[in-house]
Amino acid sequence: MDFGFCLSPSSHVKMDSVDLTTFNRLKETNPDVNTCIACGSCTATCTAGNFTEMSFRRMLLMLQRGKEDEAKKMIQRCMLCGKCTLVCPRGINIRKILLDITR
Amino acid sequence: MKENILIIGGGAAGMEAATQLQKMGLTPIIIEKSEALGGHIAQWDRLFPAFHPAKDVVEKMLGQVKDVKTYLNTEVVDIQKDNNGFHAVLSNNETIDAKAVILATGFDIFKAERKQEYGYGIYNNVMTSVELEKFFRTGKDERINNPKKIGFVHCVGARDVKVCNTYCSKVCCTTALKQACEIKEMFPDADVYTFYMDLRMFGPGYEDLYLKTQKDFDVKCVRGRVCEVSEDMDGKLVIKAEDTLFGKPLKMTLDVLVLMCAMEKNKSIDAIQQKLGIANNNDGFMQNSDMYLGMNNTAQDGVFVAGACTAPKSLPDTIGEARSVATQVYNYINR
Repeated sequence: MDFGFCLSPSSHVKMDSVDLTTFNRLKETNPDVNTCIACGSCTATCTAGNFTEMSFRRMLLMLQRGKEDEAKKMIQRCMLCGKCTLVCPRGINIRKILLDITR
Repeated sequence: MKENILIIGGGAAGMEAATQLQKMGLTPIIIEKSEALGGHIAQWDRLFPAFHPAKDVVEKMLGQVKDVKTYLNTEVVDIQKDNNGFHAVLSNNETIDAKAVILATGFDIFKAERKQEYGYGIYNNVMTSVELEKFFRTGKDERINNPKKIGFVHCVGARDVKVCNTYCSKVCCTTALKQACEIKEMFPDADVYTFYMDLRMFGPGYEDLYLKTQKDFDVKCVRGRVCEVSEDMDGKLVIKAEDTLFGKPLKMTLDVLVLMCAMEKNKSIDAIQQKLGIANNNDGFMQNSDMYLGMNNTAQDGVFVAGACTAPKSLPDTIGEARSVATQVYNYINR
């Protein structure tokens, strides 16, 4: 029934109940995921990111904040060109991580 | 050339300056208000970036000043200057004549209860970085009882107009990461979070510590300042912060929250400082005559400064300044 109004859900990320299964699994094979310093180089150089919402930095955070579905949806924009891996100052093997998430 | 040099403060700066002055053939005299030499560093467990025991450094410094005339539990209550130099009256009623004075009075720790939103002194499980370091040193603190989630808040009392401290306290970032690694080492199953605005890893090996914190210790660094702390029915802490990289507010329950308290000027010397005619700078620390070439000099001829009395400083900074102040004093005596 539509009363013409609704309650907005809280926008808080509830860290106590966030499911980190995917991120923790990823961390086992790619300890690099911890070392991101959020510089944004990957996003700035991203070919797909120029035209879509694709941002690897943000995608990693999504996994850590319980937004796994959104993260996996975002990854579909990636064309695996690997420019992000070239520019990352922490030497994170981003291309491999992206492949491992979808695997 | 057995000229007396009065050093007020027996911490790292005072001790190192005394060591160097003695080697130069002058006679340093240390006045320390507490019951022992060593200052803040003697209360510390391990030093960043390589977890070096603070005790090693302090014991070496103490060994070097064992022949220096030292007054403990003593303060300077009055000081006059005339053509012969300085004449200081001590709290034990002795008078000391000296050709030059070094102020090495260091810093105080920001009183965390002033940031009421963090709940220090209100909620049992909110503690300061100094108290955590004491726990590392003694192994005793009732609040740390096999914690599962621990948070660190950076910049408590620093970079904060509301408490009139607009400056960066320099060492707290690196200390926070060091302490986060140490607590993770003790409780490997715990989740450790740090809440930062910037991570200022300014020194050699400090960035390596940051990488190690992320990679080897799995400490989670969240960019965003904790804005409020409350307590739930079980006595656990509920904190709110924005994850500014994610653009969303966070809510989290923690067992222990550690506040990285800033350095403030040690105000116990204010009366003597005023008598000597030395002003404060914008940050409330002592004003030196020039940031670059006059960092040890003051507006008063014959009065010198070294260490954290002029700004927040790390231990290597302080030792460097203590050594340079000795050169300045030597040149002043031999001018």
